[in-house]
Amino acid sequence: MRGTFAGPFRRFEPVLPWILPVLVIAVWQLLGSLGFISNRVMSTPVQVAEAAVRLTLSGELPHSLAVSTWRALTGFVIGGSIGFVFGLLNGVARLAEKLTDSSIQMIRNIPHLAMIPLVIVWFGIGDEGKVFLVALGVLFPIYLNTLHGIRSVDPGLIEMGRVYGLGRGALYRKVILPGALPSILVGLRYALGIMWLTLIVAETISSKDGIGYMAMNAREFFQLDVVVLCILLYALLGKASDLMAKGLERSWLNWHPHFGRQSAKRPAA
Amino acid sequence: MASAFRQAKREAAGGLMVGPAGEPRTETPDKAGFSRQETPGRPAVGPRTEEEADERERVKNFRGLSVTLRRVTKRFGDGPAVLSGLDLAIRAGQFVAIVGRSGCGKSTLLRLIAGLEAPSGGELLRDGRPAAGLDPYTRVMFQDARLLPWLTVEDNVTLGAHGLGKREAKEKAREALRLVGLEERARDWPSVLSGGQKQRVALARALVGNPRLLLLDEPLGALDALTRIEMQRLIERLWLKQGFTALLVTHDVGEAVALADRVVLIERGAVALDLEITLARPRVKDTGFAHFENRILDRVLEPDDRAGARSETAYDI
Repeated sequence: MRGTFAGPFRRFEPVLPWILPVLVIAVWQLLGSLGFISNRVMSTPVQVAEAAVRLTLSGELPHSLAVSTWRALTGFVIGGSIGFVFGLLNGVARLAEKLTDSSIQMIRNIPHLAMIPLVIVWFGIGDEGKVFLVALGVLFPIYLNTLHGIRSVDPGLIEMGRVYGLGRGALYRKVILPGALPSILVGLRYALGIMWLTLIVAETISSKDGIGYMAMNAREFFQLDVVVLCILLYALLGKASDLMAKGLERSWLNWHPHFGRQSAKRPAA
Repeated sequence: MASAFRQAKREAAGGLMVGPAGEPRTETPDKAGFSRQETPGRPAVGPRTEEEADERERVKNFRGLSVTLRRVTKRFGDGPAVLSGLDLAIRAGQFVAIVGRSGCGKSTLLRLIAGLEAPSGGELLRDGRPAAGLDPYTRVMFQDARLLPWLTVEDNVTLGAHGLGKREAKEKAREALRLVGLEERARDWPSVLSGGQKQRVALARALVGNPRLLLLDEPLGALDALTRIEMQRLIERLWLKQGFTALLVTHDVGEAVALADRVVLIERGAVALDLEITLARPRVKDTGFAHFENRILDRVLEPDDRAGARSETAYDI
């Protein structure tokens, strides 16, 4: 485990991650307003902020954000559930693994974004195609990590559970699933990244709304400020899902010496 | 009817018992028979008088499980036999230590008795009845504590008491933790405990379900010398108090002599030496202790000495 900062730095620890982004934005604004960066190449942060306000007031930004988030989460839930169920099944039943694992591995090796032309033919440019692609993208990291997590549960703990009279159900609930959880959460975090990536590509190539569509539309009219705004939004959305995953890790893995905030829930007094 | 059958069998097996305070052993088949109703999982008839309740409280401790192995053989796959025609009878309430060099089959023997492995040949009897698979009255303490890291110390101990109501199990777990002196760590995660503390939690987990047979698979092997002595005393104390049958697998002959009524040496998959340790408890490391220790060690080292002599001769020439 890494140590915490000592001495005078301790007070500033929460601000430290923000120093670099703020500095970059300040330099960027400076270079833009001094004319070193042409307006035709890149908008300044102030222009981007103005675009954000304008689009929020017009309702276009909230709408796009809502549409994109809905697609992302729906696809994530569908694909994640399928991946989890197959991972669980193949982790505990040899027959299921023999039947499905090699097929899943074959499909996994197709870049799912290569399916976009086919998906447009199948689903058109509406929500379904995007949800399908996101689901396909997040399925595999969740599947692989669930399977790996279940496989890597300490066999000694399972044996202990059997000796102590745990039935099959209790064994899964108390030993195997909690043991696999760290690995499953790694898959979840990875899948959240893939979720946004897939959605952005899909929306940029073919869509009639969403953030990707907003960016492509803005490019047609040469509204660079809106394009930059969309890119920044992706960064923020990615960060938000990462924070979510981290929060889950912290609350579900609080027993783990790496994630636990404190060593124990000691009784007060 | 089944219970009466078991009782008869058990009396036939001759329950040698240990008094709660470690008094000399006396044979009390009637009390042993009475204690059958006290074993967990079997509904007990409520005590009618205070006298009866007292009596029951006293005999509750006589509740070890007897184990008999008849010509037991174990081989893994097509490999050589790990155990070959092993005969061993462990009386109820006895503390038996199994010693031997690494790879002699002593851990396999323990896993067979636990029901974690099935014998390739021969017969395993528990309480005089042919046994297969895991036994609900048997608990195992492994070399590593095998605590579930995602459960608190208390919940880990509660795992050994399942089958009881939630509140009762919790209460029992607290009591067991008090016995091993870790009550104040009940709400800690196992990861913050030391190796010795983890094994104490494992011991509490093993004892919370009132086992009739406790199997100890080198549970103190990874501990430092002082913690080992502490743990040995704790195990002895709890065994005297609860009267279960104990089987300790160890490579430490001193530990075997310090704890066991009887030391069994396993060599090449069979019993090579079976020695009753007649020392009084609590045991001190006096000449009597050294006598037993040396006798066993001499026997363990015998084949090696011969080999050593051979190589010396070769060197001289």
